Amino acid sequence: MSDTSHGIGGLTYDKSKRQWPNELNVLGALILIVIIFEVLGAIFMGQSLLFDTKDRFDSIFNEQRLRIIIIQVAIVGIIALGVTQVIITAGIDLSSGSVLGATAMIAMSFAQVSVVNGNPNPKAIFGPAFLDLPVIVPIFVGLGCGLLAGMINGILVAFSRIPPFIATLGMMLFARGVAQWWSSGKPVSFPTDSYAVIGAGMMPVIIFLSLAVLFHLIMNYTVYGKHTYAIGSNEAAARMSGINVPRHLVLVYAIAGMLAGLSAVILTSKNLTAQSGMGLSYELDAIAMAVIGGVSLFGGRGSIIGTVIGALIIGVITSGFTFLRLGAYYQEMVLGCIIVGAVALDQWQQQRAARRA
Amino acid sequence: MSGIILETKGLTKHYGGVHALEDADFILRRGEHVAIMGDNGAGKSTFVRQITGVEQRTRGTVIFDGQEVNFAGPLDAREAGIETVFQTLALADDLNVPDNLFLGREATKWNFLGPFRILDYKAMRESTMAGLVKTGVKIPNIRNSIANMSGGQRQCVAIARTATFASKLTIMDEPTAALGVQETAQVENIVRTLKEQGESLILVSHNMRQVFDLVDRIIVFRRGRMVADLDVKETDGQDVVAYITGAKTGAQFEGAA
Ligand SMILES: Nc1ncnc2c1ncn2[C@@H]1O[C@H](COP(=O)(O)OP(=O)(O)OP(=O)(O)O)[C@@H](O)[C@H]1O
Ligand SMILES: [Mg+2]
Repeated sequence: MSDTSHGIGGLTYDKSKRQWPNELNVLGALILIVIIFEVLGAIFMGQSLLFDTKDRFDSIFNEQRLRIIIIQVAIVGIIALGVTQVIITAGIDLSSGSVLGATAMIAMSFAQVSVVNGNPNPKAIFGPAFLDLPVIVPIFVGLGCGLLAGMINGILVAFSRIPPFIATLGMMLFARGVAQWWSSGKPVSFPTDSYAVIGAGMMPVIIFLSLAVLFHLIMNYTVYGKHTYAIGSNEAAARMSGINVPRHLVLVYAIAGMLAGLSAVILTSKNLTAQSGMGLSYELDAIAMAVIGGVSLFGGRGSIIGTVIGALIIGVITSGFTFLRLGAYYQEMVLGCIIVGAVALDQWQQQRAARRA
Repeated sequence: MSGIILETKGLTKHYGGVHALEDADFILRRGEHVAIMGDNGAGKSTFVRQITGVEQRTRGTVIFDGQEVNFAGPLDAREAGIETVFQTLALADDLNVPDNLFLGREATKWNFLGPFRILDYKAMRESTMAGLVKTGVKIPNIRNSIANMSGGQRQCVAIARTATFASKLTIMDEPTAALGVQETAQVENIVRTLKEQGESLILVSHNMRQVFDLVDRIIVFRRGRMVADLDVKETDGQDVVAYITGAKTGAQFEGAA
């Protein structure tokens, strides 16, 4: 049996059969959306959305707007990095926004200063022993809270037969309750200077992009990433191949929870206050970023790069509508259409692929 | 080293009230190829799942390579040297060929990183190539995800997986059920190669011609029980059918079914 006409063991490499990376489609969509806004901007506003049309020679881009676009998606983007991994396992995480809320309240309580303008901190949650703590304490508390919530999600999904939708819906309600119970609804404010640095300026963006690179590498080059895709692709096969599926799922949900905890730290640091309503519907924004970025809700397919581009698409649309002075309601209508369109496109591509097989 | 690679004594599996496998006493010698036949639902796959640690048996002992074993999961069985092609293909559609071949036992570097240890793609690709060449499996491009491959090609990937890793025992549960003539011949060739290499094999199959072509001995299951143990040289198709349908029961199994 040494018929080489089909190529044995991939020895003949037929380039026409190489698969087109889905990220390129998403990138194409991003470029298309930018072009649409540029055209609309030129027609209705007489100016460009992203490019510098004035006679400054430092750069061709309108850096200020680019910065705004990426800052406004960075914090939800961090959540989306975790949600992406969860969705790739064919799961879902509805709890991240509420986990952010609860973690914000708890972590901020460990980040407060003792003295504000010469008076004792009026918003202090704990006694003096817990004020002016080193910045590492609230960071660890924040990551720990997120990790704990994520682990509980993971344990519920992996060891009981509760579907991820319900398990994380429960966590969503529970964590929001914790956020409101923590200080009976009062905001927690006045963090230490060192805490305030974490989310200041471009820090959220730097953290978001660093984590995106890190998780891109992890998803593509480590056993963790491979098993995450394998479980989402065919859970029974993963189990039969000897992967410890429950343990892996707990790890994936724990990482997602920890990223929600981290974004709570960054957001409270950026805003210098924590409120129980923080992170409301962030989970849906994060899921939207992933879905627009080509992550399949059926599991097994999608990538961190896709989600980052998905986040940028949402950022451009949000900024674009503000730029065109159109109300936020138009923006939400358009986003809704884009999400449905993205999933419809994904379905269509999958069916086409199935027909070819 | 004894001449027996696998032995089961009183191997039994009940699913609630379903007695899927009852008191199976089975012996496989080193280098021997044995077929398991029987009607649908006779308990063949159940027998395979008990040996390979996919499920935990209700009772009985399994002795593999001279030692009593209690595999906690399929990976344990693999590490001990049992390679299995399951009836429901254990492949992940969205992964490519090397990823599937090495699923659950990836070649890695930097193992101190635990679950985040680094995949050695190059080593896995090279072994995959070698494995595919050895088995003569034809695949256009091993870097494509297997979702786009034909059923036969996917089956070949699953079989190449067992042939790529040196093992003491190979189990195939209906490996050619979905294959065309050419692919079936190819799988049969892989089986012959294993025979030449002196590897032991359990082949679950409904294909009478194939079984008579490939194996030394035929075991027949009926309603969860072993009812016959036949040397291929001393039996024929009609005889085997009689055992499968229940017209006959082997002398040593009287009272079993
Ligand atoms: N997980 C399970 N729960 C309950 N009953 C089961 C389970 N798995 C198998 N059975 C039952 O056990 C019996 C034996 O099934 P098994 O899959 O071993 O048959 P088989 O001999 O492999 O048949 P086939 O030739 O169709 O593959 C069947 O009656 C089946 O319905
Ligand atoms: Mg079967």
